Parts: sequence; structure tokens; C-alpha cells
Amino acid sequence: MKKIILDSIDKSQHRGLNFRNLLYNNEARAFFFQAVTFLIVIALFYSAIGNLFENIEQRGIQTGFSFLKNRAGFDILPFLGNYVVDYTPESPNLSVFYVGLINTLVVAFFGIILSTVIGLLIGIARLSNNYLISKLAGGYIELFRNIPVLLQILFWYNLFINAFPHPKQSFSFFDIAFLNQRGLYMPKPIPEEGFIFVALSLLIGIIAAYFIKKFYKKKHELTGIHTSTWPYTTALVLGLPLIVYLILGSPLQFDLAVLGKFNLKGGMTIVPEFLALAFALSVYTATYIAEAIRSGIEAVDKGQKEAAAAIGLSPVQSLKLIVLPQALRVAIPPTINQYLNLTKNSSLATVIGYPELMSSFGGTVLNQVGQAVEILGMAMLVYLVISLVISLLLNYVNKKMAIQGR
Amino acid sequence: MSVFDQQATRKPPISQIGAVLWLKTNLFSSWVNTGLTAASLYLLYLIFPPLLDWMFFNASFSFGTINFFGFEIKFSEEMATNKNCGRVGACWPYIYEKLYMYTYGFYPRTETWRPNTVFALTALLFVIIPLVKNYKYKNRVILSLIIFYPIVSFVLISGGFGVLTVVETHLWGGLLLTLVIASVGIIVSFPIGVLLALGRQSELRIIKLFSTIFIEFVRAVPLITILFMASFVLPLFLEPGNNSIDKLLRALIGIALFQAAYFAEVIRGGLQAIPRGQYEAADAIGLSYFQKNALIVLPQALKISIPNIVGSSISLFKDTTLVLIIGLMDMLAMVGLTTADPYWLGRETEGYVFVTIVMWVMLYSMSRYSKKLELRFNTENQN
Repeated sequence: MKKIILDSIDKSQHRGLNFRNLLYNNEARAFFFQAVTFLIVIALFYSAIGNLFENIEQRGIQTGFSFLKNRAGFDILPFLGNYVVDYTPESPNLSVFYVGLINTLVVAFFGIILSTVIGLLIGIARLSNNYLISKLAGGYIELFRNIPVLLQILFWYNLFINAFPHPKQSFSFFDIAFLNQRGLYMPKPIPEEGFIFVALSLLIGIIAAYFIKKFYKKKHELTGIHTSTWPYTTALVLGLPLIVYLILGSPLQFDLAVLGKFNLKGGMTIVPEFLALAFALSVYTATYIAEAIRSGIEAVDKGQKEAAAAIGLSPVQSLKLIVLPQALRVAIPPTINQYLNLTKNSSLATVIGYPELMSSFGGTVLNQVGQAVEILGMAMLVYLVISLVISLLLNYVNKKMAIQGR
Repeated sequence: MSVFDQQATRKPPISQIGAVLWLKTNLFSSWVNTGLTAASLYLLYLIFPPLLDWMFFNASFSFGTINFFGFEIKFSEEMATNKNCGRVGACWPYIYEKLYMYTYGFYPRTETWRPNTVFALTALLFVIIPLVKNYKYKNRVILSLIIFYPIVSFVLISGGFGVLTVVETHLWGGLLLTLVIASVGIIVSFPIGVLLALGRQSELRIIKLFSTIFIEFVRAVPLITILFMASFVLPLFLEPGNNSIDKLLRALIGIALFQAAYFAEVIRGGLQAIPRGQYEAADAIGLSYFQKNALIVLPQALKISIPNIVGSSISLFKDTTLVLIIGLMDMLAMVGLTTADPYWLGRETEGYVFVTIVMWVMLYSMSRYSKKLELRFNTENQN
């Protein structure tokens, strides 16, 4: 009798088709909640997409990507993207996309370089034992970090346009480069016949230098004999192209900008929009990079430096072999994140009309065509890809820098 | 036996005490340091004299009418225009004249007391919260403030309910709009952020997937694309014929969703810092999922992430300036708007400098506050 009762209890607990059991079963609950969420999200999407099509039809907006083939019909501020794509108002809208993409990448590239340089300088200056230098660096960080980057872009652009001199009174750097309110005028390089060999020899020099460095590093690891490679590598990277250049009779000429009657003529112009944007983005991002570098250096234990000194490493060796590798492990991941932020912030160029992705394609084309879903979708996709690439890079760096356990 | 007089101790050499020592160790400890000091002094010389000349010594101050939170102070009878100022220095009368625009935008001048009351309430909030810190029922007080403050502010600013005249949102502007966007953005996005963070940490696959996709997607794209989405595409997603949402509301939805993703990541950091044992202990005493999170996990996780939450809110505050791109008249947008006034053409620099000062003061004090919080909550490493 007792056994039967126990059995029945057992069955009711395990055989679970009982409603009460189902209610308190973890797996059943999990399934239920997920199914409900899934259905809600699907229903939201379904109604949103349905409304979208109905609205589009009502407003007479076209759908699909055929607009990319249509004539763009507007001018774009002449910058690198225009020259690469060879853009004219007759070009299709797809060209505008490429122009914008190239201009975004260009400003991100220069911004990243400039912000790294400024950030590195300020970060190291922040730790200087010179009171004035360290306070100045601190002041720089606190000042520029707490001003919205959009305001900085507008401010520098306004200053450029209003406070810089007219072309007649340009700031001149040895008559080679000129700076005025219309931009920075630089000598334009004109490659002539045979220049390709100079470029090729530079490439060969870099590859050869890389292998030499690798070879001597291996030798150092195997035998302990250290050879300084920098004289060879510099000779290869700089000397080889120079020799080729001279042998071929200087196949690269420069077209200098010359002051004409009203304006500078010739040369290569870098528009003020680009200069203001790159400067503002770098100055802003550099504050974060400086903080990353500072915290990286501060994270290295004092004992590490003392130990390095104790085993007889010179200050330079101690910095190169002990301190920097450990500091960079802390500093590089946040710095790479800042590169991503800089790239995303470059979209703010809309306000000053630098023709990057969101201002030329996401702005002008969107206004003309009105196909917001497709255009913004494409723009977002670009940023998604950029951020994916940067996070892959970040993962790679993290993996490479992770402390190797033994 | 000879007697020795105790001699007075000699004073340390002048180079070892006081200002001289400080100068020597901090500025002139080596040749390199001396060079650096000279270079930075030269840098200061390059920056400050021209800046001060422009801001103060060559600037015009004393004419026009200043409108300070609705109170008018008259400097002189003559009408202030561009011509009264030179082009050598700053023209602050432009700021006096346009201060109303910078603070309230096009908000009707007869109703100025309403935003003023909200400003006063906001200031009061910062006074009350530290005061009730040790009060017995402080949680109740703070909770009721958190609930009533936004409601009261909203009613005061937008009007309606038959008591106050309605002020349409397109009239809101300036600092008022900046504060509205920032506070609504923070208040609305916070709960969404908590849910997303819990969703991403959840064991339920589908919920986790949706949360992760949302967070990663939003964090990968710039805010401006989301604002464009909100202002151009969102109306298309709504029921046809009934889809004209307010421009400000569209921007707020975009900003709240954007900020929620960032809050979610910050809070997830806090959730991950909670030891596993806490979750297991909560399960062991038979708490439900809701009880476990509300009573055990979230209080600890939120406390850990408070400094980062403040940091993220600071970023949001900086990002509010972006609404000018979709045509809202926030404080930064006022620069372009007020310098289009034919009386004040070409005074953008003064405008930007003024907005910079206001924004910087607010953001700097917030970042100081977050540093203070970080120190207060960092109870781990204080031996």
C-alpha cells in the first residue's frame, strides 16, 4: 500500500503533463517567455513593415536601389573623394556614396594619426615631473574633454573662416605651403615616367628591412648576440628609393602654389572643412587617448622598473623592454575604441559641409531622392562594417597582448 | 672643565626651503626641464594675452539690455547693434540681447516664470538630496522626488490640462531644450537599459539574442544616423494617416534608444562584477527571478556601476547638441539663429564662446561629481 502511494507521488512529480507542474517547470517557463518575446518582436516588425509599405505607397516614394543609377546632379566640395571617383554632377548617386565613403575614411585616417600623436604627447606630459607641463596637459584634457565635439567642430570651422587671413595675406611657410581662410595650399606632386620604380623600390626596401629585423631577432633569441639593425633598415627604407630616384633623374616634380591676383593658383588645396574637422576630432579624441596612455603607464608596477634597474638594464632598455610592453597592454584597447569613436564622430561633418558619408550621401542625396530607408540603411551598414573591422582588430590585439601563461 | 654653549642651529640653505626649493624641484630640476618650462611659458604667452585682449580688454560690455532669467537690466538707453561694437574685441552686448533666446528659445515671454520654476526646482533637487541623506525615510523622499519632479516639470513647461496655456514644443529652445532632452533621455533610457542588460545576461537564448543584437547594432552606428532614422523613417513605421509625431518626440525616442544601449553595457559590467555565489544563494533560498534581481542582484550591480552611469550620462549631455542637425533649436543651434539677425551679423565667435563656457561649466562640474562618486564607492582598495 505504502509503495503504491509513493509510486503515484513519484509519477505525478516526474511525468509532468499536469498543468501545475508545467507552470513551475523551468524549461517550460523559459520556452514560454521566449516564445512570447519572439512573437511580440515579430508582430512589431510585421506591423512596422506593413505600415512602412503603405506609407511609402501613399507618399509616392519609390523603393529599391534603382536610384543609385540616377544622375546625382549636384556639386560636391572638391576633395580627395572627388578625384579618386572622378565625380561630376553627371555621375550617378552611387558615386556620391563612394565619394562620401572615401572622404569618411580619409578624415578618419588623418584624425587617428593626429589624435594619437597629440594624445601620446599629452599623456606623457601629464606624468612629467615638471609642474607646469603636467598642469598644462591636465588643463588641456579637462578643457577639451568637457566641450561637446560638435561645438568644437563648429568653433574651429568658424574661426578658420573668419579669423584666418585673406589669400593676399596668407601665412606662408617658406613659400612652399600657404595657409589662409580658403584652406591649406601645398605643393602638388606630379609623378613622371619612371616614378613607379621609386615606389616599387620603397616597397622592396620595407619588405627587406622587415626580414632583416626578423632574422636578427631570431639570432638574438637563439644565441643571445644582439645586433643593432637600425642602420641597415634605415638605409634600406630611405636610401634605396633615394638612389633609384637619383639614378632615374628625379622623376617626381612639384607644382607649387603661386599667389595670383586674387587667389593662390596651382598646387594642391586642402579645404578648410577638412582641416577644421580633422583638427577638432583629433583634439577631442586626444584627451581620451591621453588618459588611456597615462593610466597605462601608471598601471606598471614601480617594482618592475626597480627590478629592471637591478638586473642592469639601462633606462632606455627598461622603458623599451619592461615598461612599454606592459603599459601598452593597458592603453591600447581603450585607444582602439577611441579610434572607432572618432570615425563615428566624423559623421558630424554634416554641420560644416565636409562631404563625408552622412553629409553627401545621407544628407544631399536623401533630400533629393527621399528614400530614407535604403539610404540610411546603406550608411548604417558602412558604420557597422567599420566597427566590426575595428572590433576584430581589437580582439586580435587583445589576443596577441594577453599574458602568456606557462 | 670647559663649558660649551649650545649654538643655535643653522638655518637650512635658501636653496633647500620654501619657494626656491619648490621651483628647483618642479620647474628647473634639469636642463631639459628648464627648457620645457620656458617652452610652456612661451606657449602660455602665445595663448593668453590675445585671448584676454579679445575677451576683456578690447571687448565691449556696457550697452544694451540684459535679460537674466526674465529680469531686465538696462545698461544704456541706446539700442545695441553690431555697429556699437568694434571688430577688434568681443561684443558681449550681443549675448545680453540674445540671452533670452539662449535660455528659452522662442518660449513666450509672458510665460517665462514656468521654465524658471523648473530651473529652480532642479536646483532645489540638488540641495534637497544631500540634505535628506541621513533622514530616516530618505528612500521614500528620493523616490517621490524622482517620480514627481519630471511630471511637475513637464506640466509646467508644456502646459495644458486647462490650467496653463499650451506651449508647443517647436517654441522650446536654448538651454531649456538642452536640459529637457538630456533629462528625458536619461530618465527614459535608464529602465530600458536595465532590461536590456538583464536580457543580455539572461539564459533564455532568444531574449539574449535580441538584446545583444540591439545593443551591438546601436553602439556600432553614430548617433546622427539614429536621429535621422528617428526623424525620417520612424513616422513611416507608424499607422498611415495617423503618423505625424512631434519632432521633439521623435528626437527623444532616438536618443532614448541610443542611450539605453550604452546604459545596458555599463550595467552589464556591474552585473558581471557580482560574484556567482550571490545568484546561487538567491536561488537557494527560493527567490523568483524577479525577486532575485530586484532584491539581490540589481542593488549591488547598480551601486557598482553608478560612476559609469554618471559618465555615460555626461556623454549623453554632450550628445544632445546633435539635435540641431535635425532642426531642433537647442542652445548650440541658437548661435546660427541669432547671428542671422541683421543687427548681429558675424557674431558667431562670441556665440560659440558663450555656449562653450556654459556647456563646459556644466559638464566639468558633472565630471567632478562623477570622480567624487567613484572615490566614495571605491570602498575596496582603501586600507
